[in-house]
Amino acid sequence: MEPEAARYIGAGIATIGMGGAGIGMGMIFGNFLSAAIRNPAAASSQFSNLIFGFAVTEALGIFSLVIAFMILFT
Amino acid sequence: MAPTDPISQFNIYTLFSFGTVGADENGANGFELVFTNSALFMVASVVLISSYLILSTRGRGLVPSRVQLVSEIMYEFIANMVRTSAGNEGMAFFPLVFSLFAFIFVANMLGMYPYFFAVTSQIIITAALALLVMGVVIFYGVWKHGFGFLKLFVPSGIPLPIMFIVVPIEVLSFLSRPLSLSLRLFGNILAGHIVLKVFAGFVVSLSALGALGMVGSVLPFVMAVALTGLKLLVSALQAYVFAILTSIYLNDAIHPGH
Amino acid sequence: MASDTLTDTKVVGENADDPTIVVENGEVVDTEPKADTYAQTQADPYGQEDSVFPPFDSTTFGAQLFWIALTFGILYIIMSKVALPRIGEILEVRRDRIEGDLAEAERLRQKTDRAIETYKTELADARAKSHGIADETRNKIKSQMDEKRREVEADLARQIASAETRILKTKTDALSNVDQIAAETAVALVGKLTGKVSIKTARVAVNAVVKE
Repeated sequence: MEPEAARYIGAGIATIGMGGAGIGMGMIFGNFLSAAIRNPAAASSQFSNLIFGFAVTEALGIFSLVIAFMILFT
Repeated sequence: MAPTDPISQFNIYTLFSFGTVGADENGANGFELVFTNSALFMVASVVLISSYLILSTRGRGLVPSRVQLVSEIMYEFIANMVRTSAGNEGMAFFPLVFSLFAFIFVANMLGMYPYFFAVTSQIIITAALALLVMGVVIFYGVWKHGFGFLKLFVPSGIPLPIMFIVVPIEVLSFLSRPLSLSLRLFGNILAGHIVLKVFAGFVVSLSALGALGMVGSVLPFVMAVALTGLKLLVSALQAYVFAILTSIYLNDAIHPGH
Repeated sequence: MASDTLTDTKVVGENADDPTIVVENGEVVDTEPKADTYAQTQADPYGQEDSVFPPFDSTTFGAQLFWIALTFGILYIIMSKVALPRIGEILEVRRDRIEGDLAEAERLRQKTDRAIETYKTELADARAKSHGIADETRNKIKSQMDEKRREVEADLARQIASAETRILKTKTDALSNVDQIAAETAVALVGKLTGKVSIKTARVAVNAVVKE
């Protein structure tokens, strides 16, 4: 197998990690939504916590994407 | 014709050079100060933010005009965010958080404009901003609390054996903060631009195939339009996320024991 | 083509003054015809060993760090010294003004409340006073009427009493006359039947009969 092919395969495998971040973000927003429907009055006060959780979760997905880019381009 | 590959949009090229400083007699090992497209858009962001904020509030209207209202909303938005995240003591860092938010927001938005350069797609820029934040957090924490700042890594009310597990995790999470802070912004902007360019590139390459290709190119075009909307959202959100994480980290520096 | 757009521009770190880069790249020292590495990157992005993904190209880091430090520093100074204090001042002035206006409105409202209060108390006073006057008048009229009624009633009672005594007298008179008449009738009847009888004897007899 050519090294180039291995590089592309590796980059593709690295992006699988983003799926986990996707699941995590879905859980965050889903749980926020179900909680917000139960108690709409408290929802707006928790918006910054929502964004914080989203940001922390998303960062992990972005890590794997950056790894993929590094495999591809360096 | 503009390049259709997704990478060339991140190229940095020199617009003009200010000459080399600190070089030895052979002209080697010097630092050549060059004005690049990246620098141009940094300067553009700063000029845009400063001139907007200053010119819009020139009237000091008691009843704000529309342009003044934008500045005031931005001010109050960030001020409330800092106050709720870091308390009233954190308001000392309000100019820093506001500058970070405004810079990242405007740089992201400028980057959305076709042919413009996205400053925040350069990892060195986001890393510099993240390290600035962490530097401020560490210096302020140590200056304010001395060794008490280390309480940050020791959660209160935890039995000693568990401490051996928790403290390394806390240290690790603290060390990963600048990494995640810089990579999040960098990755989001970079990935967004690449994906956008890939779909826009499909439009070009499909259109080159003739009439059928042109019809088919509607699909990636619609996708590119939708992605542009998503990218605008992400650009604004990432600026907000950077600012709110900065305030949360500053809160740790102000109140280390949690 | 991509390289066309970029050939007229120089690339950071790819300058003749910077031999370290050139040595690093392992290329010829003559940089002029080589255009730039990015042009090659675009022509053949992954074929070259020295092709670098632009964000990871460390040769641009120095200049970018310098510019980010400079521009962000200037931005921070402008924000903290000029723009933000000004917006803060505008908001402060407005808040003060609104608070002042609200306080003024509150003062005026309290004044109005006080006026309404005085009006109400005075109204209540007047009402009470008018009630008093009405009550007084009513009582006076009532007592006068009572007095008059009492006089009339007393008068009537007197008249009734005198009439009753008169009736009683008449009745006793009549009753005594009945005795007289009965006696005289008895005398006449007995005289006619038996002969002469004294009136005295007749009356005694009548009385005895009446008593039975």
